[in-house]
Amino acid sequence: MDLADLTAHSLIELIKKRDVSHLEVVNSFLERIERCESRIKAYLSLRDREDIISSIREDNPYSALLIAIKDNILVKGLRATCASKILSNFIAPYNATVIEKLNQRGFNIAGKTNLDEFAMGSSTENSSFGPTKNPWDLERVPGGSSGGSAASVAMGESVWALGSDTGGSIRQPASFCGVVGLKPTYGTVSRYGLVAFASSLDQIGPITKDVTDNALLYSIISGYDPHDSTSLKLEPYRFTELQQDIRGVKIGVIRELMGEGVDNAVKNCINEAINTFESLGAIVDEVSLPHIDYSVPTYYILAPAEASSNLARFDGVRYGFRAFGQTAEEMMSNTRGEGFGPEVKRRIMLGTYVLSAGYYEAFYLKALKFRNLIASDFNSAFKEFDVLISPTSPVLPFKLGEKTENPLEMYLSDICTIPINLAGIPAISIPCGFVNNLPVGLQIIGPTFSESMLFRVAYGFEQATPFHKNRPNVGGR
Amino acid sequence: MLSIEEVMHIEKLARLKLSDKEREQYRKQLSDVLDYAARLNEIDTTNVPPMYHVLPVTNVFREDSPKQNFSQEDALKNAPLKENGFFVIPPILGGEE
Amino acid sequence: MDYEVNIGIEIHAELLTSSKVFCSCPVRFGDPPNTLTCPVCLGLPGALPVLNKKAVDFAILTALALNCQINEHPIFHRKNYYYPDLPKNYQISQYDTPIGINGYLDIESEDGEKRIRIRRVHLEEDTGKLLHSSGHITHSEMSFVDFNRSGVPLLEIVSEPDISTTEEAKEYLTNIRDILIFLGVCDGKMEEGSMRCEANISVRKKGVQRLGTKTELKNINSFRAVERALLYEIDRQIKVLSSGGEVVQETRHWDEKNDRTVSMRGKEEAHDYRYFPEPDLVPLEIDKSWIERLRSLLPELPDQKYEKYKALGLPSYDAKLLAHDIELSRFFEETVKIFDNPKMVSNWLLGDITKELKDRNKFISQTSLSPDILAEMLSLIEEGKISGRIAKDLLPELIDKGISPKRLIEERNLSQITDTESVLEIIRQVIRDNTNVVEEYKRGKEKSFIFLVGQVMKLTKGRANPKLVNELLKKELG
Repeated sequence: MDLADLTAHSLIELIKKRDVSHLEVVNSFLERIERCESRIKAYLSLRDREDIISSIREDNPYSALLIAIKDNILVKGLRATCASKILSNFIAPYNATVIEKLNQRGFNIAGKTNLDEFAMGSSTENSSFGPTKNPWDLERVPGGSSGGSAASVAMGESVWALGSDTGGSIRQPASFCGVVGLKPTYGTVSRYGLVAFASSLDQIGPITKDVTDNALLYSIISGYDPHDSTSLKLEPYRFTELQQDIRGVKIGVIRELMGEGVDNAVKNCINEAINTFESLGAIVDEVSLPHIDYSVPTYYILAPAEASSNLARFDGVRYGFRAFGQTAEEMMSNTRGEGFGPEVKRRIMLGTYVLSAGYYEAFYLKALKFRNLIASDFNSAFKEFDVLISPTSPVLPFKLGEKTENPLEMYLSDICTIPINLAGIPAISIPCGFVNNLPVGLQIIGPTFSESMLFRVAYGFEQATPFHKNRPNVGGR
Repeated sequence: MLSIEEVMHIEKLARLKLSDKEREQYRKQLSDVLDYAARLNEIDTTNVPPMYHVLPVTNVFREDSPKQNFSQEDALKNAPLKENGFFVIPPILGGEE
Repeated sequence: MDYEVNIGIEIHAELLTSSKVFCSCPVRFGDPPNTLTCPVCLGLPGALPVLNKKAVDFAILTALALNCQINEHPIFHRKNYYYPDLPKNYQISQYDTPIGINGYLDIESEDGEKRIRIRRVHLEEDTGKLLHSSGHITHSEMSFVDFNRSGVPLLEIVSEPDISTTEEAKEYLTNIRDILIFLGVCDGKMEEGSMRCEANISVRKKGVQRLGTKTELKNINSFRAVERALLYEIDRQIKVLSSGGEVVQETRHWDEKNDRTVSMRGKEEAHDYRYFPEPDLVPLEIDKSWIERLRSLLPELPDQKYEKYKALGLPSYDAKLLAHDIELSRFFEETVKIFDNPKMVSNWLLGDITKELKDRNKFISQTSLSPDILAEMLSLIEEGKISGRIAKDLLPELIDKGISPKRLIEERNLSQITDTESVLEIIRQVIRDNTNVVEEYKRGKEKSFIFLVGQVMKLTKGRANPKLVNELLKKELG
């Protein structure tokens, strides 16, 4: 295999054994980018080749393993556009805490990846700079909103990447691109320097080629941050060699997420996965989460409400794009009208409405109550089960343009991932099959702070199946 | 179905200048989403407490120790228009002080 | 007047913390623009607030001093509105869970003591500052924004509309300001903007129960403005009502230059703040031990000091002046500990010392005068070692250089001459040298006596005991 297709832990081994040099590794990624990027368009901006090469440290294997960063995470000195016209010229004046952590370990950033504008979307088609393509089929979406990050990893344009997840934005693109994506427990990874979409739902997480890499990267980016009041003062996750044994683990299949709305092809893969789990000695049974059907309406009230407030700061006064206006107020309205794309504007309008006088109780407060109900459903389920599973997405990666006509239809496709963000619990998506060469993702969900369990179950499945070894075979590799 | 006036009111609250076409489009799309969201009324939640915060955490503080953070240059680095250390904007006319 | 007035006052006080409420930027005034900022107080993408504990302590202290109930589970809310000096276009504030509620402040009014109820005390962040190219908010070509003040902690104190006159309003404001200064939470400088005030006013015919329609007054930047603005508005509303009209509920701006309130209607939209709980901050838990610890740190406040000073024998007026001056009261108390004559200490502090301070435009703490030095000086006077006259002359040096009065007197030989022999000698000399004047006195001119006394004092460089001089001179002259 080409070095660019290897996992981080394999590359670290090779580098330590001196079978390969840092420069060779970095060059293989740079060559992959050169050959594929014009077709995939995973990146919005790339660091200069010279800068990347000069960031290599011979005593530090991490400096050879290029990482891609979603363009809503601030890297000092680099552009942070959030795939929006309103920030197209914004240069980050400070580092996100996760980037500080990466810098401390000598990580080498390849560039900033494409996303749905301000992380609002499930296909990366909402980017103001054009969509990213799915490396498995260039006519299909890579998922969203972290589509660029997932595509970069799948395509071998970086070893690993960081994405962000508010309603599925790490897991769903990981699923669509056949890679591994984790949305950690809310509060375990600092949000300082992540451009906020919905503050009570957002989390940064790792996107990688396999589960071991994912656990490794998570251990590096997670931990308490005094700059983030919602970050938890707990013993951070420490990476240990993953074990394959999942005998006796109790796995609950969420009944409501294996119903009518799910493609048969997807269901088949999940059912196969259940067989695999059982053959590995896990105990699998069905579980019901009665309020889970209300997740989508709950989310599409809460997330836009918080977003409408978080995005209010983009007004042309202190940074970013500024339109003309004769008065300050006119300037602000024109800037936002011209600078934001349609999906963003739609959600801001929606969020403003549900918070406005007369509607707060009926919508926002009501949604907060449902959030409680949904979280309680999970709590009850975890009394009986160690983890829960479901498809990551009810559909296979769809074609570009297929769902852009009807926003509501797009929203409904988030049904599997949204409930997890509402409850603040962790979930990981791993490849569990291919249908017509299109990846299908399995979502494994755990209670708060159960990342170790998630990695264990995911690793067990991964090592018993061939899917993590597949690489997209798009011409030019 | 939202009225055009309601849409214009939200537009003003959100400081989003929309074209007529956008306004009409959002009117319909927002109404669809809101109708769908009204599903939440199917369940009586009178006795359910709202989940304001996901974490069972309270009292997160910093000590009152000052630090010099940004220089003036850092602060103005991305300013669309600046002069003499200030951010420059078109005039405010009347209204708040 | 057959109208009753209801005034409610809203105060915003900038807190004397060293750093801002949600970030570590310094709280300082007068720096060049935009030199005290960071991602948080500039509202950059990705920035997050972290609460300054001291700001919460200050809020709780103030709420306790104002006799409020402390909310044990307060949270913060976002108040959403757009304005260029508000970097996030929302202000982190408190909505329905303020830190303190249902408090009161007793003030002196025409009819004796009156209780003004305090509805709430809450914590929020300040905005940046806007400047306009023409110096005024209208007719400018552009505006300038400075975010140094953005994020400074603000305490909002809201009273019920229990205030009935402009005197009571001033009394209320003065008392609140003094309390804030005594607590060390705010320096109360209205002219500098560290304490701001808004008022709402309504009038109603005497006997009518329901409050009248209220207007909100803004841009009241000094005590003088408070008085004039309230008087004007009360007058205006009464005129409107007595001519059969109706008062419109609106915000009015105090126009200092033209001495009137101006309607802001039409320029102001009804705000829909869309309050929702701040997701970037976690709730507060204020337990009893925290409250009690702060309560034990409450310093003695002006009204307690006032009663104490009156009990020490000071006249009401003097007691009040002293009690409301944080530095003088402290100085007074320290001095009385050493020299137990409160009336004498008070007289000197409020009299000659205050004059000297005014001349120097200084606070007593900025001078070299200490309670020890003042006590020493007053002891010397009481013991008759120096005259009051000499003490007064020495005062400037004590204030500027802080030298021990005992030493000064020794060095310059200023001690009061009290021994009869020496005084008699000088008196005889004066009589010898001023025979004409002595003649005039003997012929009945009273004024000449005073002249002769003056000459004795001159020759003794003021050191002679005046009483003794008078006695002996009379005797010598027969």
